[in-house]
Amino acid sequence: MIKRIKVGMASCGIAAGADEVKNYLKKELKDKDIELLDVGCIGHCYAEPIVEVETDSGSVFFENVEPTEEYLEKILELDDTTTMTFREKRTDLEKIKVTKLAGRIDPISLEEYIENGGYESLNKTAELESTEIVEEVKKAGLRGRGGGGFPTGLKWSFLAGKEAEKKILICNADEGDPGAFMDRSMMESVPHQVIEGMLIAALATGATELFIYARAEYPLAVKNLNIAIEQVYENEINTINGKTIDITVKEGAGAFVCGEETAMIHSLEGGRGNPRFRPPYPTDEGYKGYPTLINNVESFANVPIIFEEGGEKYAELGTENSKGTKLFALAGDLKYAGLVEVPMGLTIGEVVYDIGGATRGEVKAVQIGGPSGGCIPAEHFDVPIDYDSLESLGAIMGSGGLIVIGKDRCMVETARYFLEFTTIESCGKCTFCRIGTKRLLEVLERITVGEGTLEDIDFLEELAPKVIDASLCGLGQTAPNPVLSTLRYFKDEYLAHVEDKHCPALQCNDLVDIYLDQETCIECGQCIRNCPVDAISDDFVVDNEVCTRCNTCIEVCPVDAISRVKRGEING
Amino acid sequence: MELLESLAKDRSNLIKAIQMVQKEKGFVSDQSIKNISKFFNIPTVEVEGVLSFYAQFKRTAPGEYKIAVCDGTACHIKGSSRVKNWVVEELGIDDGETTEDGLFSMETVACLGCCSLAPVVSINGKVYGKLDRKSLLKIIKDYKNRGEAQ
Repeated sequence: MIKRIKVGMASCGIAAGADEVKNYLKKELKDKDIELLDVGCIGHCYAEPIVEVETDSGSVFFENVEPTEEYLEKILELDDTTTMTFREKRTDLEKIKVTKLAGRIDPISLEEYIENGGYESLNKTAELESTEIVEEVKKAGLRGRGGGGFPTGLKWSFLAGKEAEKKILICNADEGDPGAFMDRSMMESVPHQVIEGMLIAALATGATELFIYARAEYPLAVKNLNIAIEQVYENEINTINGKTIDITVKEGAGAFVCGEETAMIHSLEGGRGNPRFRPPYPTDEGYKGYPTLINNVESFANVPIIFEEGGEKYAELGTENSKGTKLFALAGDLKYAGLVEVPMGLTIGEVVYDIGGATRGEVKAVQIGGPSGGCIPAEHFDVPIDYDSLESLGAIMGSGGLIVIGKDRCMVETARYFLEFTTIESCGKCTFCRIGTKRLLEVLERITVGEGTLEDIDFLEELAPKVIDASLCGLGQTAPNPVLSTLRYFKDEYLAHVEDKHCPALQCNDLVDIYLDQETCIECGQCIRNCPVDAISDDFVVDNEVCTRCNTCIEVCPVDAISRVKRGEING
Repeated sequence: MELLESLAKDRSNLIKAIQMVQKEKGFVSDQSIKNISKFFNIPTVEVEGVLSFYAQFKRTAPGEYKIAVCDGTACHIKGSSRVKNWVVEELGIDDGETTEDGLFSMETVACLGCCSLAPVVSINGKVYGKLDRKSLLKIIKDYKNRGEAQ
């Protein structure tokens, strides 16, 4: 018996076509007594759109659903030959705790959240002294999930110890790392869990004015949070022990640096998001001068779990200095992209190969921690994921972006990409961040077009540490990491670009030619018809002077007769 | 500025105010800046200073269809610079520009958060994933037809 049907309607589901699927099902199920429900993300993005059919005897999942009669029939008949199988390798390794309700419940249904144990942790903490709440979080060993890894309980105790007319709490939802979408997914799928964590933090610290600073690029997250907040107000969940706590969502306006706490405060105050020198720390002097605490979305989402199972139990999972689980947004050159929740201490290899389904031998490195992080080469994939081990390899935990870089990607180009990002996003306050990142970028650009020199590489090594030393905030202090870590592990690629004018990955356009192998060619003419610049002659020769290296011909060739080769290696 | 009347005249609402104006008009004109500065009783240069800091704010009118080419990490390694070039070749507009007929504008953005579908673009907020040149050109063509039919 089908009880109800759920469609995964988080951003990635919608992008994959979940909207059309839902509308189709809605139309077709109109006369049937089956409830249709929007849910968030269960983390298996590769399989979107996903439809879950709830029956008396459990749930059945369908993947890559299309809005067709064929799929409708399969769904209604629970055709078990076409259902989605959750790969054992992933299920065995994951520890679903923080995301256990994501994609399972209607994100904007307060009742469903409560039915599933929601707000019980808040009720528990309402009966505790604030110091007891802080102690429990300390016991759990929770560290900031935004990337810094500062002990959350300790941070709370700073604010709790302040005497002030008003205290402020900010949820950092300015998930700016390109390639990271953990926080978006949590806010879209379980907004109440984030709010519950914030309310518990408010109880622990005495804060009464709460903000969620969300990225403007996340409209669905903002919408769901606002609906959830309205429900919280209506049901007076935010009035605890006679005190009312205000929660407001504030939208950022597109500035990466606003993820830095002092910059975020300036932005919330309505100004430019320039960071400032610390001390005074925000817990001493923050938003409009009031003591202010800032935690990340995922950190807050962890809090209800701590009080559900107790700090001690929570701390059983993980490594000595990194407790609990971590969410990773897994993407890049792998089979099963998605959002994964793994216990701290799992190795990178387990995440990349076993969970992500990347092929051994095809992976060159992972980029972890976004533009502030570094890359870790495949030979170090046995390193456990915890704050300290990653740092020892020149990377950082970061907020959770984990991009798998395949063999055919150029590491110099990857470093250039990140530097381009930080150069644009530098607020310009510190000279070394403003000009230093620009100089680093210029050198990297030179190298990728084959105009670099050996002195350029020395210059990168000389300037990068200075940018770190002479920058005020995290942006500048970490901006050179991608350069330093690629230099550390992939210096041979830099040298190849400089000495041989060769991009070993054949990615840098200025260092490759396009070659059409006439032996293999079947003269179907696809390449000629599709070439946007008419660079292929009627007798199937590529004019590399005209060619823009757009790769269209390579994609359309049915027999793989066209390839990228080292520049100058072939004649004509 | 009727638009802003619902807003408290607190300086911390400045970004919100600019967002409201842009949402309504698609961009922030010189006149809008004057209006906002009057509303908050702050110099125009301060409004301009804040809005120029943030990538979200536009000072020129965008096209009817706003193409955002995602250049997040996942899209980048899956070839977003090529995707951008396809748009440049097809429409003749570069980052931040609008076609002469006002139909399309294009910008590259940091990350749309749909990394598993890389490479992606969004057009007026609707995301299109797993693009190759053919599928992208078809999408653009569909919008063109829609635009011309109007």
